[in-house]
Amino acid sequence: MAKWMSVAQVKEKIEENSAEEVTAQYLEVIGKSKINGYITVSEKALEQAKKIDAEGHNGPLAGIPIAIKDNISVVGLPNSCGSKILEGYIPPFNAHVIEKLLAAGAVILGKTNMDEFAMGSSTETSYFGPTANPWDLERVPGGSSGGSAAVVAAGEAPFALGSDTGGSVRCPAAFCGVVGLKPTYGSVSRYGVVAYANSLEQVGPLANNVTDIAVLMDVIAGYDRKDSTSIDSKIEYQKALVEDVKGLKIGVPKEFFGEGIHPDVEKAVWNAIHKCEDLGASWEEVSMPHIKYALASYYIIAMSEASSNLARFDGTRYGYRANGENWHAMVSKTRADGFGTEVKRRILLGTYALSAGYHDKYYLKALKVRTLVKQDFDTALSKVDVLMAPTMPNPAFKIGEKIEDPLTLYLSDVNTCPINLAGVPSLSVPCGFTDGLPIGLQIMGKPFDEPAVLRAAYTFEQNTDYHTKRPSEVA
Amino acid sequence: MITKEDVEHIGWLARIEISEQENVEYMEKLNSVLGYFGQLDELPTKDVAPTYHVAEIYNVFRDDVVEECLPQEVVLANTEHKQDGAFRVPKIG
Repeated sequence: MAKWMSVAQVKEKIEENSAEEVTAQYLEVIGKSKINGYITVSEKALEQAKKIDAEGHNGPLAGIPIAIKDNISVVGLPNSCGSKILEGYIPPFNAHVIEKLLAAGAVILGKTNMDEFAMGSSTETSYFGPTANPWDLERVPGGSSGGSAAVVAAGEAPFALGSDTGGSVRCPAAFCGVVGLKPTYGSVSRYGVVAYANSLEQVGPLANNVTDIAVLMDVIAGYDRKDSTSIDSKIEYQKALVEDVKGLKIGVPKEFFGEGIHPDVEKAVWNAIHKCEDLGASWEEVSMPHIKYALASYYIIAMSEASSNLARFDGTRYGYRANGENWHAMVSKTRADGFGTEVKRRILLGTYALSAGYHDKYYLKALKVRTLVKQDFDTALSKVDVLMAPTMPNPAFKIGEKIEDPLTLYLSDVNTCPINLAGVPSLSVPCGFTDGLPIGLQIMGKPFDEPAVLRAAYTFEQNTDYHTKRPSEVA
Repeated sequence: MITKEDVEHIGWLARIEISEQENVEYMEKLNSVLGYFGQLDELPTKDVAPTYHVAEIYNVFRDDVVEECLPQEVVLANTEHKQDGAFRVPKIG
């Protein structure tokens, strides 16, 4: 079987053979995996594909296999969030996005590896061990949706769902050389997605090309009454796939090209901007003076929300439970044994930032800085249609290289987390290589202007060949 | 700077048991991160309103109508610690 098929190619294969045959081929590729991208491979995938064959291929994704990040609930499949604390937990309900995918005929291949509770940029904090980057097995795939990005890059799924709280779709997309979108806050339901920092996160697609991102968005986006921050944007994503950037105004925020950026990353991103210029777009530098404070603001807010959200993991209703002589001891021991070090650090810091005497200094301050960061985006995007910058300042780092020092790891999110504070859409598309490792171009837009982002990304992709390159390590 | 006692106190608030050895490690790493957060102090924000979330939505209500929910046995299926249709836990204090 040809690996790395687009959704359109998979559809052809299904018509030629069957959904069952195509699913079986993906399962075979997964069986030989070298990257530890899946935590669970679904035993029901073949059965599901057979059913779709029997029913006739109805629905926009009939028989198309998909991989799902392990924090998105699927009935009957474990939902570990990469943590020991959810040991044995099987969700009794589907996430809204899963209901949508199943209604569209998609076949769920399995659940993908991730940083524990989506807290990380390398997929190394998973209880199930790190995932390897298909381009260099000694390097991280990025995170926290590292499993989802890596299985797409390795040809173990045509596309996947991840979640993006501070860059968790775009970072692994950049590191693994695939396309990833963090949609506008509110456009995709968070119902059934285990919350880390709910004012920041969105479910987002990862795929081998921009078209498949739009195909998936047309299925998963839309209003859901079960998510009180859901907004019906009525965007038709595939209609935005127009190969034309004439008249498009690009803003280049110099703050995203800060100290420590790899020279090849800077060069590749500028080449991409100039490519768009050659194709008829114009560009200008824009200034976003508060971006340098975004990382601290982001982490304070994310950790504060996490300390509250993760309070539910107390050993009472599901998952791991330790013994304790009373309730407090049982919960304290359960959480001490069940959570990994990074998750505990973030809960402790979030608890501190919200505690009496420190709330104003940390949490309230961060929320005010968030306002200023959002205003920077509003101002910049009032003059231009999209912003372009590097997704990650550097290519994928080695497994183990940054895990000992949390602050060093946090700093790698410097270009992705401001977007989540502002809630705007942002997509990472491959734009070059350095020493055989992929580089991602980040394209940001106004709230609910995914069409402009997709149009820019699609035009760039159609006029370059970076998205056609495949990692030889897993060929 | 947070102290050993602070780490103990936060650990209690967050219900995470922390050993003596872990306390030292947490204290060091937490102080390093808090030091970085301190850079926000240089930014004047006296007259800036906080942004809790960016969705322009306020007070989302639904009709107060009883709807179908998960059956009790399904809700209890994820734990061995149950009795008479309830979750069983150790005594509180």
